[in-house]
Amino acid sequence: MSQNKYWQNFAEVNDPENLHKFSKDEFHDELPFEGFDDKGLVDAKAPRRDFLKYLGFSTAAATLAASCKIPVRKAIPYANKPENLVPGVAKYYATTYVQDGDVVPVVAKVRDGRPIKIEGNELYAATGGGTSARAQASVLDLYDMYRTRYPMHKVKDKFEEIPSFEQTDKLVGEAMKAAGGQTVLLTSTVVSPSAKEIIGKFPGLRHVQYDAVSYSGMLLANEASGFGRKIPSYNFGTTQVIVSLGADFLGTWLSPVEFARGYAQGRKIKDEKNPVMSKHYQFESYLSMTGSNADERFTHRPSEAAAVALDLLNAINGTEGAVTLTGPLEAAIKKVAAELNAHKGEALVVCGSNDKNVQVIVNAINNAIGAYGTTINWSIPVNYRQGIDSEFEQLLADMETGTVGTVMIYGANPAYTYYHAERFKTALKKVKLIVSFNEKMDETTELCEYVIPNHHYLESWGDAEPCAGCTSFMQPTIYPLFKTRPYQTSLLKWSGDTRDYETYFKEYWIGKLGSEEAFNKALQDGVKEDTQPAASAGSYSSAAVAKTAAAIAAYKKTSGAEVVLYQKVSMGTGAQAGNPWLQELPDPVSKATWDNYAIISIKKAEELGIKLDNDYEYFPHKPVIELTVGKNKMDLPVLVFPGMNADTIAVAVGYGRNKAMGVTADGVGKNGYPLATFNGTTVDYYATGATATNLQKKYKIAQTQKHNSYEHRNEVVRETTLAAFKKHPNIIPDYNKHLRDAFYNKSGGNFRSNATLYPDPNRRQYEIHWGMSIDMNACNGCGACVVACHAENNVPVVGKSEVLRYHDMHWLRIDRYFVSDEKDPDNLKAVVFQPMLCQHCDNAPCENVCPVAATNHSTEGINQMAYNRCIGTRYCAQNCPYKVRRFNWADYNGTDSFPNNRDQKLVGKLDPVIEQMNDGLTRMVLNPDVTVRSRGVIEKCSFCVQKIQAAKLDAKKENRMLKDGDVKTACQTACPTSAIVFGNAVDKESVVARINEENKLRSFHVLELLHVLPNITYMAKIRNTDEEDANWAGEHGAEEHKDAGHDKKEDHMPAATKPEETH
Amino acid sequence: MNFYTVPDLLLRLVNGFYPQFFESTSAMIPCKPTGRRVIFLISFFIVSVVNIWAQDGKALFMSKCASCHNVFKDLTGPKLGEVLDKDQYGGDTKKTYQWIRNAASMASSDPYYSDLKSKYGSVMLSFPDLKDAEIDAIWDYINKTYAAGPGGGKKPEGDTATGDKKSNPNAVIFGVISLILAIIALILMQINSNLKKMSDDAEGIMRPDPVPFYKNKVYITLFSILLFVVGGYYVTKGAIGLGRQKNYQPEQPIYYSHKVHAGINQINCLYCHGSAWDSKHAAIPSVNVCMNCHKAISTYEKGPKLYDENGDEINGTAEIEKLYKYAGFDPKNPSVWNPSKSKPIEWIKIHNLPDYVYFNHSQHVRTGKVQCQSCHGEITAMDEVKQVSELSMGWCVNCHRQTKVDFNYTAGKGNKFYSIYEKFHNDIKNGKMDSVTVEHIGGLECQKCHY
Repeated sequence: MSQNKYWQNFAEVNDPENLHKFSKDEFHDELPFEGFDDKGLVDAKAPRRDFLKYLGFSTAAATLAASCKIPVRKAIPYANKPENLVPGVAKYYATTYVQDGDVVPVVAKVRDGRPIKIEGNELYAATGGGTSARAQASVLDLYDMYRTRYPMHKVKDKFEEIPSFEQTDKLVGEAMKAAGGQTVLLTSTVVSPSAKEIIGKFPGLRHVQYDAVSYSGMLLANEASGFGRKIPSYNFGTTQVIVSLGADFLGTWLSPVEFARGYAQGRKIKDEKNPVMSKHYQFESYLSMTGSNADERFTHRPSEAAAVALDLLNAINGTEGAVTLTGPLEAAIKKVAAELNAHKGEALVVCGSNDKNVQVIVNAINNAIGAYGTTINWSIPVNYRQGIDSEFEQLLADMETGTVGTVMIYGANPAYTYYHAERFKTALKKVKLIVSFNEKMDETTELCEYVIPNHHYLESWGDAEPCAGCTSFMQPTIYPLFKTRPYQTSLLKWSGDTRDYETYFKEYWIGKLGSEEAFNKALQDGVKEDTQPAASAGSYSSAAVAKTAAAIAAYKKTSGAEVVLYQKVSMGTGAQAGNPWLQELPDPVSKATWDNYAIISIKKAEELGIKLDNDYEYFPHKPVIELTVGKNKMDLPVLVFPGMNADTIAVAVGYGRNKAMGVTADGVGKNGYPLATFNGTTVDYYATGATATNLQKKYKIAQTQKHNSYEHRNEVVRETTLAAFKKHPNIIPDYNKHLRDAFYNKSGGNFRSNATLYPDPNRRQYEIHWGMSIDMNACNGCGACVVACHAENNVPVVGKSEVLRYHDMHWLRIDRYFVSDEKDPDNLKAVVFQPMLCQHCDNAPCENVCPVAATNHSTEGINQMAYNRCIGTRYCAQNCPYKVRRFNWADYNGTDSFPNNRDQKLVGKLDPVIEQMNDGLTRMVLNPDVTVRSRGVIEKCSFCVQKIQAAKLDAKKENRMLKDGDVKTACQTACPTSAIVFGNAVDKESVVARINEENKLRSFHVLELLHVLPNITYMAKIRNTDEEDANWAGEHGAEEHKDAGHDKKEDHMPAATKPEETH
Repeated sequence: MNFYTVPDLLLRLVNGFYPQFFESTSAMIPCKPTGRRVIFLISFFIVSVVNIWAQDGKALFMSKCASCHNVFKDLTGPKLGEVLDKDQYGGDTKKTYQWIRNAASMASSDPYYSDLKSKYGSVMLSFPDLKDAEIDAIWDYINKTYAAGPGGGKKPEGDTATGDKKSNPNAVIFGVISLILAIIALILMQINSNLKKMSDDAEGIMRPDPVPFYKNKVYITLFSILLFVVGGYYVTKGAIGLGRQKNYQPEQPIYYSHKVHAGINQINCLYCHGSAWDSKHAAIPSVNVCMNCHKAISTYEKGPKLYDENGDEINGTAEIEKLYKYAGFDPKNPSVWNPSKSKPIEWIKIHNLPDYVYFNHSQHVRTGKVQCQSCHGEITAMDEVKQVSELSMGWCVNCHRQTKVDFNYTAGKGNKFYSIYEKFHNDIKNGKMDSVTVEHIGGLECQKCHY
């Protein structure tokens, strides 16, 4: 019988023995000791005498430095303190994260006048307080030192500041008059109703919306299906069967925060005695984050997307012999069709294609399975994307003929994101006046004559209407940092309205809401949701289906390699590419930071002569291929994924930005947009006829996946299928018991308290004992928690060169495990995501080995870390079985006593991003309640102890008991799926205690066998498939414990994990 | 237990060259003698921790009234000693209570009310929380103070925090005696050797010339050991003190006398440093807070003469004028003052904690009910403020060890937060312990203060 294998990289599958040898070294590269060559110490470049000289000098220098006077510190109070402000006490303001069309209602934590953290707005039902990695990181964009700081005018190819806005208005007004012709406003999707009104009132203005990644295929298809040019809202929460045709709805498609929340509701197991969960099928070409979470995945060529949709429709309708695809896809389509037919009214098909024809067929499928009115709601259309590709094409044509006199640009950046950017740039030259409102000097803004930068959203008034009838408001959380102005004000001024946008906005909403009180209430809540459906539903029309089906049938079959473009969860379309937190956030699936790359299949790797051995997997040097699509050529490093369509090469967009975006984005990755193609109506984000050649070169990719070795221990993740879980419900607790018994098996003994040399760990189990519960069924790997942790805890960014050296500092990482057949890694059954952070062990191995007691246990169960006490021996990191302790190898935060201690001769210069993070402006994002760590100390997850202490103090001040929910960790509040729950685990009423109690059958501790007694409980991942036995491996776990005298019960142990090695 | 020995004086001399400005991030663990000294100090502070929220007229007066009223003179409001004298409502205490709880509710037909309003321009703040007994206590205090006359009732209370300056007389005596004995021993040894030499000469025994004492190896060894021990002790002690700024008293941009404000005029600390009640910072008041009173008070006349560190006299009125400069206020033409044009005053920060320490004023002042003086010393007696406490970790920890928390030993008493500590409640019930200190509830754990 085949066995499931849990693995993280190909070397584990192909060459485990050598991998063991490699992983014994903590760092894979040579230690940078210069001068110690064969000649011996005296003749070496740095002999003993030099060493003594250096030693003497540094001692003297340190003494000198230490005895210098402390600079006089000043305490400067306000001249007039605002009445509602108390220095040192944070205030929270509801506002809205709006990035192009993306909308997430948020609450900004403002400390002493500067926003430092973004939380989700819990009052908005659709997101329920969830956020995305990009929303979490957006606060850092506010302090981006590369933002345009004042209005500018291009004089002889150089931008010069315009001293005042009055002058700007005068100059632009005159230029606009002189330009004549048509006036065009080119924007990304505008979700603000008040801005739309302003745009509508601008005399003679033509408004064109352009989305970097377009959804116009869907908009047009919905129009053809009788619903109008709209996108409906989807209800993932109550859906039983979810079929996604290439839509990455958990990561990047439309409104992932909302969908992830709904999806998790169906995926969480509420009653473990009678487990029920939704079923998720994914058809896609590459391995997306959403696909990784699917129960069953099927891959196809990108160009086959239309055929898959059409075949699925035919199979649902039972049209004879209509399934044209063959092989595994045929069986898959039949299976999915049967499943959809069996769940009419509780099923949903979503599709990520931008081909109108495909979307028309998908609409027909959704109609056939009764999705309309049940899982798809047409009465509440969403406004996330409104751009129509053909309108932009028309604009280009008009610009080329010279009928366009003025182009004003806000949000859109076609010079970078358009597939044929050169055409846009050339067309732009024919326009007499070009004005940009973009915040940064992006590729399009560089070509403009006037730049009047917009506020950052945290400095703005505004509104957003994510869906019909729901409004999310924006209010400034900080006085504008630079001389910027809302683009709406510019439009108002230039259309002859003397009001600024702030006044207009207030009047607009006071008028709508009836009173100033209602307006203030709406601002305070941040969101306002109407109960009545705001729009008429429309009705489905199948008129377009037959013609479309014929058109699809006529699509040419292609052979050879194809390229598919995708968005990374962290980077999206690339608008936030200058954000260091996002660049350093590992991609959920590839675990790569700071780059894009070509993802290829195992088969393609073979074709290209890339061996998946230790050389490939263990070292960061990845082979480079030349990717040719038509006239476009691109050199890209390669990452090989299992579970890819054999002929598909996937490339992420959003990389390869211009210099002016700043040192963070500059030179990172390659621009993938030029690989998109235009099909006559819409832009297709794939290309056929691609060729790849192995250039026999190498390029380093900084992947974090291999950085932390569990030292041959396998008992890390638990994963099984729903069918197997139903059949053997006690399998996980039994296995846990087996692991405990193998460690300590005395009759009548107590595993927790007796199985240790150290004092009884249970002595700490009273009154307050903090604990966390992580539901791996709800975690989809999106990484919002990782960025939230950065922001809350001042976790430093280290830059690519340091990630390459295993020096990444994330307190919380999300480990990714592939599950496949042991013999056939390409047969990917599942991907498991496991958030891994300090487990706050009650019997912590790190605490015993610290020579200076810098890490120890609190009475409340927290594994404490005192930075000022740490002397940097790293014994604790060495002894931590989870490898969650991070060491400050360099002065990432600029906090050392010695200035400029960041550039070390011996270990090399740090990346320029470190300088950006240490700029006075960027440092405004630091949380003043958390120490900024200096070089040479260990740090790690603290369970957000600053929040714990603050909550306790608040309770004391209010003379009350601590309530459950008073303390929420940053990762917990960021999580869109509520996978992470934190609280007082000994309080029986707390949510975390209840969850642990109600999920006994799925609960486990990572590495239970070590008797470290973690305070984090995981809930095993359950896949909704029918496999029963194939999955029950557990051999690895079993082998190690054979001497413990256990019988063959292990045969039914759930696969315990991480296989033989790991990193 | 202070020994004023020669090396100590020497160290003081050295410190004179590097006055208190050492920067150091280590050496937080005090060596023993310092520790003992700190305990000694702390015990002083503990004694001085007074619950200002008790029904004690003075405390109530200070916290509620003193920011606007004085017993003997008119401030923002009338002098209270005479208000009582007049007894406007013919002994109708209910009216007085009403006045205090909500002055604005007094009928405007009330002549006394309109009289005061016209005189002071505003109505008194409301204190709806004050109970009858508390108001009586305040009146009681005012009566007594007024009866005692000016100067009689304002002797500052509590201990001065100068404990470490007082040396134990016994210790000095012991030190002096040891020194005298050591000198006598030396002299005797010298005499002994001289006598020996003389007797040898007399007896005609030829001996090599005695080695002079400064070449005597025994002496040199003894001296070296002594120097090493004493020197090592003080070097270690000095190193521990690096970066600490005890007694730091910088010259401020304005000679602001806490003695005049908080001492003589008895303005409540929280009137200016109000955020100590709500926030981690006990922020310095903004210029507009100063101007609340100084719009009216433009000269310094009646108070005692002020002197700076060098003994030069300070002109109080000139210092107030400095404030006016920051505020952009012209006392001759007060009506044109525009507060929004004020400039902040750049004070010099005296109490500095390292970045890795989290200290929260509200935790101590509001929850712990610690008086400001416990850490900042007798601020009401200081003209320019200096740092009285060491602000070292040993100093903090010792207080945490000894300070009792406001534990709710019985229902209804103390802070309800502590109800969660069942074990301590049981232990108290069973007589295993009699009180709960900050240490018991995690006050000594690293992440109480370091995160």
